[in-house]
Amino acid sequence: MKHHIEGSQAVAHAVALCRPEVMACYPISPQTHIVETLSRKVKAGEIGNSQFLNVESEFGALSVLIGASAMGARTYTATTSQGLLFMAEAVYNAGGLGLPIVMTIANRALGAPINIWNDHSDSMSMRDAGWIQLFAQDNQEAVDLHIQAFRLAEELSCPVMVCMDGYILTHAYEVVDLPTQEQVDAYVPAFEPVQVLDPQDPVSIGAMVGPEAFAEVRYLAHDKHLRAVEAIPRLSRAFEDIFQRRSGGLLKAYHTNEAETVLLALGSVNGTIKDAVDDLRKEGWPVGSLALCAFRPFPSHALRQAVQDAKRIIVFEKDLAVGKGGIVSSDVKMALRGLPTIVDTVIAGLGGRPIPKASVIDTVKQACLEGLEEPHFLDLNWDAINRELTRQQAQRRSGPTAENILREIGAPGASPI
Amino acid sequence: MSYQRVKFYQTGTFTIGNRLLDESNRTVQAGMDRTNSLNSGHRACQGCGEALGARYALDAVMRATHQQMVAVNATGCLEVFSSPYPESAWQIPWLHSLFGNAPAVASGVAAALRAKGRKDVRVIAQGGDGATVDIGFGCLSGMFERNDDVLYVCYDNEAYMNTGVQRSGSTPPRAWTNTTQAVGAHPGNPMGIGKNLPRIAMAHGIPYVATASVADLHDLEAKVTKAMKFRGARYIHIHVPCPLGWKSDPAHTIKVARLAVECGLFPLIEAEGGEVTDRTPIREKVPVEPYLELQGRFKHLFHPRDARALETIQAIADANIHRYQLLPVKA
Repeated sequence: MKHHIEGSQAVAHAVALCRPEVMACYPISPQTHIVETLSRKVKAGEIGNSQFLNVESEFGALSVLIGASAMGARTYTATTSQGLLFMAEAVYNAGGLGLPIVMTIANRALGAPINIWNDHSDSMSMRDAGWIQLFAQDNQEAVDLHIQAFRLAEELSCPVMVCMDGYILTHAYEVVDLPTQEQVDAYVPAFEPVQVLDPQDPVSIGAMVGPEAFAEVRYLAHDKHLRAVEAIPRLSRAFEDIFQRRSGGLLKAYHTNEAETVLLALGSVNGTIKDAVDDLRKEGWPVGSLALCAFRPFPSHALRQAVQDAKRIIVFEKDLAVGKGGIVSSDVKMALRGLPTIVDTVIAGLGGRPIPKASVIDTVKQACLEGLEEPHFLDLNWDAINRELTRQQAQRRSGPTAENILREIGAPGASPI
Repeated sequence: MSYQRVKFYQTGTFTIGNRLLDESNRTVQAGMDRTNSLNSGHRACQGCGEALGARYALDAVMRATHQQMVAVNATGCLEVFSSPYPESAWQIPWLHSLFGNAPAVASGVAAALRAKGRKDVRVIAQGGDGATVDIGFGCLSGMFERNDDVLYVCYDNEAYMNTGVQRSGSTPPRAWTNTTQAVGAHPGNPMGIGKNLPRIAMAHGIPYVATASVADLHDLEAKVTKAMKFRGARYIHIHVPCPLGWKSDPAHTIKVARLAVECGLFPLIEAEGGEVTDRTPIREKVPVEPYLELQGRFKHLFHPRDARALETIQAIADANIHRYQLLPVKA
């Protein structure tokens, strides 16, 4: 049934329909509306005997789920940004143990400087932790991916992060088709753990592993992701059978047939990008776009097939590997190795900076006509940067960079230097 | 405690006088049906107090729960010496996650059991003093304040032994460790710092807190057994000498632990709901020096003799004796 509903509320509704048995949560913006809603549903008895723990930290939150999942319970939490970093050690631990925990990441920038707005730096920092990472384009897909995530995680015994853009999706009111309990029950089977703490059949979970076996254990985590490449489209099709709509999958192509230039991005910015593609195509530019839904596992084969005829891929990414450039574009280049395709990196939307359609269009035209420097930073204020660089060279004690730039750019209340 | 204490002066030796007791009062370990939660063949050092304490504590939990239990283990010596496959020494369902999260993981196990309506299976978490008083302290405090149904057992050997003897928040004043070396004007661990976790646990008002020692295994078993009669968060802090880190003779582990109790530096107490309810009296008080002298980590206090440091440590022991009224009140 269709509802006009906030993204966080819709996701909380979907998670509740998946009947999680243990949730442990710690507040951090912009994921709080999700866990607030779930805490109310648990307390009201709407999710059976589900347990909701208010814990002392994100590290504690995921640690609670590690114990609960090892005890055979279906588990869920949500976090973002600094919270994800604070739980980092447990993120790798859950990945390494292969516990099928589902976690929403309300994507947000990482400090310093502290910034609560959207980009993908947080989940990118955990890209190699052994978790599957799925990115939602809109709130309907965010809802649907959570339902798919529980089935995917438990089928493979592998944790899954569902990444949705902070504020842009979490706080946006959109029309969302919320599924029924019957549909979700038909799609998500009961959790049958592959490893469980059972006094009748005691096992040691989390034993120390030395050089003689560590690489094999790690390979098997990799193998799980290779199987996820097959499972993600299969579960997306199975979802379509029950819910009568297409959601998820490895990637989504938009006008890529015969496109010479393909724009590639993760998450909600694909809406803007598809609008830009429409405008450019009206002007006669042979462009298309590709939304990556699965970032881990990285769908190298599907990506290569989808863009094999393109001359140029422009990766718009909301993250920055400082000292290097693009994170997503590096993976794209690896997937396309051996092909003559040019891969450009556009660093965009950091810390909530808008990615306007006009800027996307200008950048595409510039790339096709003149080429782009690598990496290209979208809409940077070079005047402010250059003045700060000059100041830093002129005086040793030039002061905190963030404050100086705020004065340069004229944040409300700031006095000029 | 409600069990019959063995009076050692009856035998004049340090032998555990089980044979003097009625069979129903004998230790779990004396029973033919003891479960060996931590089986032989593990890799603990000779004279390891932690291995001894862990086996007694967990066997007592196994008996109290009719073997319906799950253990969560923090990273540390106990985890490392017990777990490598295919030689896991654990005869119980056992989960190791990280160094600093054992209390939270145990909370999760307890929450899963609640969600599944399983009241028969109980959860214990265990770790060394580093995992407990330092890196895992936030999670431990969270588990306490939520009053999750977990018994947490800390095996306190007063430093990070697994990494090669570095100072923890439980390292006693003036003790040598590799990060509080016996050099400079004030050799060893500084005076006047560190944490008393049993008292911090009591401040959370949790149902049950106790201290125990491998010097009194009957008392240890009785406290663990009693802890399992409560629901909610419970904490037992067990003093476990480490011959490697304390530079003591492995044959002296029990003797060293006993002297720590008898001099007052490690008082044996129980508390319920944040209030002390019982303590084990010291029959005959000994000074701190015989305790310290057996341990190479305090060698610098005697060569040359540091009278001021010894007086300060004695004052700490005396304060404990006073606080918990450990000496019998004279008529």
